[in-house]
Amino acid sequence: MKTLSRWLLKESIIIPLISVFVGLLIGAIIMLFGGYNPVEAYQALFKKAFGNIYGIGETIRTITPLIFTGLAVAFAFRTGLFNIGAEGQFIMGSLAAAYVGIMLDLPAIIHMPLAVIVGGVVGGLWGGIAGYLKASRGVHEVITTIMLNWIALYLSNYLIREYLIEKGQQKSVTLAESSWLSFAFLTDMFNNARIHFGILIALLCAVVFYVILQKMKQGYELRSVGLNPHAAEYAGINVKGNIVKAMVVSGMFAGLGGAVEVLGVTHNVIILPAFQGYGFDGIAVALLGGNTAFGSIVGAFLFGFLSFGATGMKLGAGVPFEIINIVIALVIYFVASRLIFKRLLNALNVNKQEEQ
Amino acid sequence: MNKENIAVEMRGITKRFPGIVANDSISFKVKQGEIHALLGENGAGKSTLMNVLFGLYQPEEGDILINGEVVKITNPNMANELGIGMVHQHFMLVEPFTVVQNIILGIEPRSGLIIDQSKAIKKINEISEQYGLDIDPHATIKDISVGMQQRVEILKTLYRGADILIFDEPSAVLTPQEIVELMKIFRNLIKEGKTIILITHKLKEIMEVSDNVTIIRRGKVIDSVSVETTNPDELAAKMVGRKVSFSVEKEPAQVKEKILNVNKVSAENSRGVLALNELSLDIHAGEILGIAGVDGNGQSELIEVLTGLRKVSSGEITLHGSKLQTLNPRQISEQKVGHIPEDRHKRGLILDFSVSENMVLKNYYQPRFNKNGFLKFDEIDQYSIDLIEQFDVRTPSHKTPARALSGGNQQKAIIAREVDSDPDLLIAGQPTRGLDVGAIEFIHKKLIEQRDKGKAVLLISLELDELLNVSDRIAVIYEGEIVGIVDPKETDEKELGLMMSGGKINQRGKEQ
Ligand SMILES: Nc1ncnc2c1ncn2[C@@H]1O[C@H](COP(=O)(O)OP(=O)(O)OP(=O)(O)O)[C@@H](O)[C@H]1O
Ligand SMILES: [Mg+2]
Repeated sequence: MKTLSRWLLKESIIIPLISVFVGLLIGAIIMLFGGYNPVEAYQALFKKAFGNIYGIGETIRTITPLIFTGLAVAFAFRTGLFNIGAEGQFIMGSLAAAYVGIMLDLPAIIHMPLAVIVGGVVGGLWGGIAGYLKASRGVHEVITTIMLNWIALYLSNYLIREYLIEKGQQKSVTLAESSWLSFAFLTDMFNNARIHFGILIALLCAVVFYVILQKMKQGYELRSVGLNPHAAEYAGINVKGNIVKAMVVSGMFAGLGGAVEVLGVTHNVIILPAFQGYGFDGIAVALLGGNTAFGSIVGAFLFGFLSFGATGMKLGAGVPFEIINIVIALVIYFVASRLIFKRLLNALNVNKQEEQ
Repeated sequence: MNKENIAVEMRGITKRFPGIVANDSISFKVKQGEIHALLGENGAGKSTLMNVLFGLYQPEEGDILINGEVVKITNPNMANELGIGMVHQHFMLVEPFTVVQNIILGIEPRSGLIIDQSKAIKKINEISEQYGLDIDPHATIKDISVGMQQRVEILKTLYRGADILIFDEPSAVLTPQEIVELMKIFRNLIKEGKTIILITHKLKEIMEVSDNVTIIRRGKVIDSVSVETTNPDELAAKMVGRKVSFSVEKEPAQVKEKILNVNKVSAENSRGVLALNELSLDIHAGEILGIAGVDGNGQSELIEVLTGLRKVSSGEITLHGSKLQTLNPRQISEQKVGHIPEDRHKRGLILDFSVSENMVLKNYYQPRFNKNGFLKFDEIDQYSIDLIEQFDVRTPSHKTPARALSGGNQQKAIIAREVDSDPDLLIAGQPTRGLDVGAIEFIHKKLIEQRDKGKAVLLISLELDELLNVSDRIAVIYEGEIVGIVDPKETDEKELGLMMSGGKINQRGKEQ
């Protein structure tokens, strides 16, 4: 019991906290150099993100898609795969959900879940392509997922323009309200913030992530393949099949993220001039969270809070976006390199013991 | 510097890991110019102690003195600067690089911005000559034998100016011939004034080359003795804490029906070269069939085709009279074939899994441990705790990652898993590699127990002693063929050695 509490203190709480703190501190120094008041800036950051009910709602809205893509990247990583393609899987999930939302006319109780599920399935299939190519042809998933990102981007733009376009606009027609994940009562409660029920789906996905990997036979196989494919083969586990499965589940998380964003926030899909970056942010989120389910939620929280609160720093303290982005990057950098602090802490401990 | 010329002194070193004291106030001295052996059971703390000396671990208590001066070694670079080099059991080489590239890695000699290999090559050749290492600097690591790779590791430490060399179980990965070479190299090193600390489980090696030996049991020093005043029996007893019998006692085999038939099987190795050449053999219930051979004559491929890990290109394998070569590893294991893999880190374990998770690697999916797709972790843990106890796997707990176990205990965990499945045919690839004498005795007993229960055992080993002691028949493999089957009671190492080299002595030009 004692060792447990010590472990908690040492590894998972203290170190990330120190990391965030050091990141903010160095950010403050940079702001000082730029002639801005860091205290004011950080106050504005917190005020924007948590100062009122609207801010909280919007912060949650920002965090939601990041949880999904973070889980996607983390899941793949735990099974030995580097999924750079969450971006593309996200796009395909949005597109599929939008298609269901626009083209079908169903009662809400069926329409909305169906749109969510189809988005997840299509994202999963998109991820599965990369998995299949790796398993059957040995093509590295980093290459294929990057390529599939571009294919998703242009395919989505093409299909929107051909089939879903709102005349004279760069976006699709609006989804039928029966498919939405946002509800007036919730929006009203948060003072018109665009918060929606996608956050619950995101949290549910984190639970699913944990249960599959840590509790189920399937997860045992996935982890074996990820950690040591030779031993997995020896144990009679189907290595190739599990690579495909891993990519499908990973893609599904990202696809669900895309679906939820469309159904909850935008209610349409736009012709994308460039990547939105949800998938790439997912890599950072997974890294921040140490590739665990809970960690991804925390990572998404940190990432989402900083990027949403950033506008506050601009408005409240006049800090330009360039500097704000540097500060965000610093915090993430330090959290990601928390090993440094761990070492430092260990060294300190050793010294302390020697003094005694 | 120091009047006694003590090269290394460790004083009161204590190193703890979660749940265990790996080194408990260990003190010992190594004289300049000697070979000092460290002997101890699996998990006694030998590797940990040497990792402390090499700066990989920081001890909680204790001092290290090099040439009489107290030093603090916080990382391996510092150890290098103090003239300490270490040859690990698992080599630290970059496989696609050449020998030179590996040796200069991190300390590349430059002229301007360009790496100047010519100087390094000259120095490598000099060192190689001086110590009789016989190394080609231009060879690529992945193309050279394990023994050669080890010599590259030795050269790497010498290149960096090491005067004190630590070897962690160097002979565990070597063939008997290579071990002879290694012993010669040891003597050359000593002649040139180096000091050697040698971890080994092989008492024969200790008696042969070392000057003094320190025995460690459960993290504590039991004794330090001069080799001249001791003998293998005494050493074994000191180390295990009881008398160990070196000869294996067994009744004559009760051979029954044929279990496995291998009929003219050919297979290629990973490089596409023919490794099994129309190999045939039979194994019967109630016998232990040993396979003797120089490493690389098809032993690994034989194990792999029998366990479904490699495709046969022609021939037929039947188990209990039905075809085996079309089955996958899972199906074969369900036909009651157990397999102790040769390479425990590659195949045998998932190092980042807990001991528990590793114990069910082969049967996690069976109803006993799996219900509706969910694993029954309580059952799994209970099962593992039983196995850990039965097979005396020394681990702080069943939740400890396999990576944190000592080498020998990792091996014991695998053996526990495979023997407990009570297979009709147990394929054991070098099952006692890296085990202490006590554990070897135990494993041999287990193999014989299997046999006496009417099961078949296929024992592939590079240790002729082991084959002669344990097997009921020995088949000699040479270039992918069985060149002869002998009765261990009617043969000796010499005859086996002859058969293993294809029946011709002139090949190596010398006998050992
Ligand atoms: N990194 C680690 N984390 C936790 N425990 C460890 C670690 N390394 C070693 N141990 C534990 O410390 C003890 C001593 O291990 P060590 O590897 O030093 O044994 P050894 O004497 O080298 O044994 P072997 O002959 O089997 O190699 C073992 O009980 C092992 O489980
Ligand atoms: Mg060891």
